[in-house]
Amino acid sequence: MSKPTAPAPSLEVSGLAYAYPDGHQALFGVNLTVARGERVALLGPNGAGKTTLVLHLNGILDAGAGTVRVAGLPVEKHNLAEIRRRVGIVFQDPDDQLFMPTVREDVAFGPAASGLRGAELEERVTEALRQVGMEEYANRPPHHLSFGQRRRVAVATVLAMRPEILVLDEPSSNLDPASRRELADILRSLDVTVLMVTHDLPYALELCPRAVILSEGAIAADNRTQDLLCDEELMRAHRLELPFGFDPRSVTMGV
Amino acid sequence: MGAGHAHKLYRHVHSPVHDLPPHCKLTAVFSFVLVVVLTPREAVWAFALYAVLLAGVAAVARIPAAFLLKRLLIEVPFVAFAVLMPFVVPGEQTELLGVSVSVPGLWGAWNVLAKGTLGVAASVILASTTELRSLLLGLQRLKLPPMLVQIASFMIRYGDVITGEMRRMSIARRSRGFEARGVRQWGVLAKSAGALFIRSYERGERVHLAMVSRGYAGSMPVIDEVTASRTQWAHASALPVLALVICLLGWTV
Amino acid sequence: MHVPDGFIDAPVSAAAGVVAAGAVAVSLRGARRELDERTAPLAGLVAAFIFAVQMLNFPVAAGTSGHLLGGALAAILVGPYTGVLCISVVLLMQGILFADGGLTALGVNITVMGVTTTVVSYALFRGLATVLPRTRRSTTAAAFVAALISVPAAACVFTLIYWIGGTTDIPIGKVLTAMVGVHILIGIGEAVITGLTVGAVIAVRPDLVHGARGLTSPLKLRIGGELVDAPARRSVAPAAARSTRGLWATGLVTALVLAGFVSFYASANPDGLEKVAADKGIDKRVEEHAAKDSPLADYGVKDISDERLSGGLAGVIGVGATIVVGSGVFWAVRRRRTPDAAADIRTKEAV
Repeated sequence: MSKPTAPAPSLEVSGLAYAYPDGHQALFGVNLTVARGERVALLGPNGAGKTTLVLHLNGILDAGAGTVRVAGLPVEKHNLAEIRRRVGIVFQDPDDQLFMPTVREDVAFGPAASGLRGAELEERVTEALRQVGMEEYANRPPHHLSFGQRRRVAVATVLAMRPEILVLDEPSSNLDPASRRELADILRSLDVTVLMVTHDLPYALELCPRAVILSEGAIAADNRTQDLLCDEELMRAHRLELPFGFDPRSVTMGV
Repeated sequence: MGAGHAHKLYRHVHSPVHDLPPHCKLTAVFSFVLVVVLTPREAVWAFALYAVLLAGVAAVARIPAAFLLKRLLIEVPFVAFAVLMPFVVPGEQTELLGVSVSVPGLWGAWNVLAKGTLGVAASVILASTTELRSLLLGLQRLKLPPMLVQIASFMIRYGDVITGEMRRMSIARRSRGFEARGVRQWGVLAKSAGALFIRSYERGERVHLAMVSRGYAGSMPVIDEVTASRTQWAHASALPVLALVICLLGWTV
Repeated sequence: MHVPDGFIDAPVSAAAGVVAAGAVAVSLRGARRELDERTAPLAGLVAAFIFAVQMLNFPVAAGTSGHLLGGALAAILVGPYTGVLCISVVLLMQGILFADGGLTALGVNITVMGVTTTVVSYALFRGLATVLPRTRRSTTAAAFVAALISVPAAACVFTLIYWIGGTTDIPIGKVLTAMVGVHILIGIGEAVITGLTVGAVIAVRPDLVHGARGLTSPLKLRIGGELVDAPARRSVAPAAARSTRGLWATGLVTALVLAGFVSFYASANPDGLEKVAADKGIDKRVEEHAAKDSPLADYGVKDISDERLSGGLAGVIGVGATIVVGSGVFWAVRRRRTPDAAADIRTKEAV
């Protein structure tokens, strides 16, 4: 990892290996450091172990070997509550993420589980919903919202916990172009570390200055997103394909 | 069923009945039905009065009669059963429209029909004036075990998602020329049910994952508390108390 | 079979309510063991599944169709405790939201459709699964039988409740014939769909079928590119275990089958004692009828047929009771076994 890192990086994964109980080994020694405030895209073909890696970040899966640290705090049984507050995971299907009867209760679930009550809780909820522009939907049941709105609420449920790092699993999947752009605007406006798992390479380029490729359970490349996407050989080797007509060289990045 | 149907059951208007706290309404409906069940069936006039009471509540709740009557159709299978009673119950026979029927059977049919219909009507009024969410809060407030409340709330939350999946599977089946016509198609239906179960279960696991990721450790955090004032309790109790008076009269007269 | 208000008298409704509450309380504790802390979301999803499946109409015969009750399916797929919880929640919500089943009859409904179907089907299923060879096909067959019996069993329990606390004095034999007759038909549909559904789930995700745990093949673990046998986590049906619990399970199933056949056979002839009683005019009910009814000849015929039916009733109630008691035993034994399950598995591994 040649990236310069801040004193306490948001995320520090070293030598992480994991095999599922059914014997399938998904991770073979992952090393990844994400500095505070960085936005990193995690790219890789299907079955590369992306989701498995994500589930280690908040201790849902127990590392077979290696360690994960979040803002310096190791992911271990005794501090799982704190880890889960610090790592906000937005799952791919908002219907999995939004399980409460109303949007407001759903956003309140995380902070309430960590002990917030009353006005303080209400404030958190309002703030998180405002960040994703969904304040006026607070009392609606999630299943009455459009898919794009549900994904935004899903992001809010995690933001309400004021996480150290926001982990998004395929944030742009199934979104229409307008919702896709709205979500990008929201993500850019947030002052939080982001790790974004995605197949949507233009989206990765748009949002994340840095990208890593996870392939066969290990990090195969770690570089500026634009440089990675321009490396045709590397892309082919890891079954990553740009959409038809998209040329990463022609994109000029603001950052 | 599930939420998709449930919100069709709920009538979104404002009325004093809508505004009552859910646990008051639940208690009132339950006590009312209990009183009705305890009324002797010979007191025919008492049941008429109960019906008047319910009609009054429905009027206050601004539920149109047509809506209420349509929802009463759920009772039909038991109406069929009740209609049979006068013919199968042994006992004193009487002539009704030229047909010989038994008197205890008629009483039995009347008993089931009257009490059943009143019970259904009371539940319909409850469901059409109370949102699902508040029903659950009400049940929670009435000390239904939290686990059951959680299960019910998940069921309502995912009822739509799962019936939606079922509908998509049915469309997929029919798009390929499948029509459930007889016993031979049971296998296909069962495979669909199996696939639906797997999908439901896997979603359950993913939902659990999402909950754990946000700090769930086995119990739901308390976010909302419903409370009821003394006046609200007094309003809600009007129905069962009046019914009780009628019931007592029914026993004494 | 959703019982409305006013069908069963108040004391019996209350008693059924107590039974239902007790069963739910036991299930609440048991469900945690079946699904650990995932109970609420998973049971909720399964309840939603049962809700949905009840909408899945299957054509029975010309123009008519039945729908699944789901008790057996839930019990076999997620275990009896969670099954009871799911069905109870479904019934509760149906009662409150759809007015399907009376609120005061909730206890009756849960006892009949929730507790009876799940307990009977699960007991039968486990019993059969222990006796039959451990293959997927026999699991499916066991599910079929369990579902088939569970529906008429529920009808029997309903009849029993009706007999004790029905508000109308319909000759109980007629209620039973009607209930059991109809529900045997429904039971066949339920059985086919349940069996096939369980079969379909086993084919894809055998690990999800609660009743079929132990059918999975040994696991492998890949360490450094090499395949190594993983330590078995669940018991993989060791022959030793089969012989230990197989004995009493066989006994139980034989007893159930015998009880069923014998009492059905017995019911074909009027019970001896009863016949004597009727002949001698001791039978109180006959006396009543004789006093009340005008055309004696007519009622004479009716009485005989009633008597036959009530003999049949005794038999079938006997079957029902046997099944319930049997499953109670099964349940109790299983519960006692569960705490030392871990030790159990270790022993099996040692063998």
